[in-house]
Amino acid sequence: MDFHLSEEQSILREMVRDFARKEIEPIAAESDQTHRFPSDTLKKAAALGLMGVTVAPEYGGSGMDFLSYILVLEEIAKSCASTAVVLSVHNTLGCGTLHKFGNEEQKKRWLPLAASGEALGAYLLTEPGAGSDASSLACRAEKVEGGWKVTGSKAFITNAGYASFGILYARTDVNEKSRGISAFILDMNSEGVEPGPEEAKMGLNASSTVMVNLDDVFISEDCLLGEEGRGFSMALDMLNYGRIGIAAQALGMAEAALDESLKYSREREQFGKPIGQFQSIQDKLTAMYSDVEASRLLTYRAAVAASAGENIIMPAATAKLFSSQAAVRCAEAAVQIHGGYGYSKEYKVERIFRDARVTEIYEGTSEVQRLVMARQLLDM
Amino acid sequence: MKIAVMVKQVADTAAKIQVLPDGSGMDYSGVQLVLNPYDEYAVEEAIKLKEASGGEVVIFNLGPDSADEALKTALAMGGDRAVVLRDPELGQADASVRAEILAAMIAREEFDIVFCGKQSVDSDTHQVGPAVAQKLGMPAATFITSFALDGSNATVSREAEGVTETLEIGLPALFTCTKGLNEPRYPSLPGIMQAARKPKEVLSLADLGLTPAAKVKVHGLSSPPPRAEGRMLAGETNEKVSELVRLLRDEAHAV
Repeated sequence: MDFHLSEEQSILREMVRDFARKEIEPIAAESDQTHRFPSDTLKKAAALGLMGVTVAPEYGGSGMDFLSYILVLEEIAKSCASTAVVLSVHNTLGCGTLHKFGNEEQKKRWLPLAASGEALGAYLLTEPGAGSDASSLACRAEKVEGGWKVTGSKAFITNAGYASFGILYARTDVNEKSRGISAFILDMNSEGVEPGPEEAKMGLNASSTVMVNLDDVFISEDCLLGEEGRGFSMALDMLNYGRIGIAAQALGMAEAALDESLKYSREREQFGKPIGQFQSIQDKLTAMYSDVEASRLLTYRAAVAASAGENIIMPAATAKLFSSQAAVRCAEAAVQIHGGYGYSKEYKVERIFRDARVTEIYEGTSEVQRLVMARQLLDM
Repeated sequence: MKIAVMVKQVADTAAKIQVLPDGSGMDYSGVQLVLNPYDEYAVEEAIKLKEASGGEVVIFNLGPDSADEALKTALAMGGDRAVVLRDPELGQADASVRAEILAAMIAREEFDIVFCGKQSVDSDTHQVGPAVAQKLGMPAATFITSFALDGSNATVSREAEGVTETLEIGLPALFTCTKGLNEPRYPSLPGIMQAARKPKEVLSLADLGLTPAAKVKVHGLSSPPPRAEGRMLAGETNEKVSELVRLLRDEAHAV
């Protein structure tokens, strides 16, 4: 088995590592504390091709494989998990859905704008009353002359306050459950699209998360994505890819927690020696390292399967479940190793501790990952 | 304007490198290898010049097969094509051998300008650039921090002890580049994808008719001795000052 990256992947990783260290790391703590959306970073990222990593070159994208994209998210999450989730939602759920299910005309209209960074993408699936049980969504799309009229509310929508387009899931048939859901490309500047105020979150403070009210929004016929009534299966399909992205984001945070802890364990002295010489600290560091390595293998394995076009339901759910839990464990251990300083915003691990927690919640909670995995395992 | 850029692959400056147990060289296994940081300034200046006045940027590289990654980074930044000589034995060759080969590689075509880093951060000799210039019969300016083209002349600044020299040099000429010259761009993703498809000419020593002989023999490599731990002086300020003066005089022999 070959565990080596290709030359292209290796150059890409080195570039993004450099980019994150120079352009993102220096502003990450302040962006978290002032809740500043990374618009400037996104402009720089777009110039490098990071806003359309896997989009084909004929639509203005970089045309790289899924593992390359996962390396990007991992490296950026090491410096700033908020920036990583903005890129993840845009690249996988925004561009990825368009790329996979859009017709030629839709792809030509939106992908070049998205890949150049001119149009940021969002994903409007979750509702106040439909989280894990997404197929119960209530947002209604009623057929009218030339298109649909959409009314409803979408909750916890990443990027929505800054997005130009969104992938919207709405009910086109009230007599069906999951079969009654369709997907649309929503122009976020349409009349009746009303993003609410920023959610006050525990972490990921530099990312934007808002409620979106849709008040009698007209969506023209040519914005239906894929077939009518097939929206829910598309949503599930794309979430598989999204989960690998979140696994990579969690992996990046776990690595950062370990890096910070190693540095601190060498420098910090108590009882006349560096705390890294104490076995209780070594126990934590070695457990963190094992968690990081296992997360990386599961995440890369899922990404390689995605690159190869294989069925990724199981590897994606496994990578997401393990890596998100590992990130939370690593963040917890990192705060403990840093002691009182770990509880202070002066140190990066405090931010990682808050940011990591959501990876066990969004793009399918850990409980949903287990549900998905059990269905596959038991075949029932 | 035809521009040659010489690049070398080196270990990442953040990497921990160890001397091989037999002292014959450095152990690069498992170490992240990157484009020599000073060569990034050279590549950037060449690309900027091409973007401003047109022409071609050719990347030259000497080293093992694995050096392709550094080469591709230079191509991903915007180099047009590459000329390489792949020989694992020459990876650790001395500066005179490297210069002789690189000069022969470059001499196969006519270039207006040759850029390279002021030094490679592994062997740190600062010699290859000036030696290539000598073999090509070109003037050279080392450690340049600014570059401006004026017809068939170049005006450059270089940092010397306490002064900044401004020099005018007739082309063709060679320039070794250092920090301050420019801000090297990141290789873009489309650039990385295109790099694999850019032409790469692979030469051998036989193609160049060379049998270079090393002029320097490395007798051994050893790690610098570990730094002794710092010592904190205790007591009242006046006692600490007296102790410090005593240590500087008796132990450090500094006063």
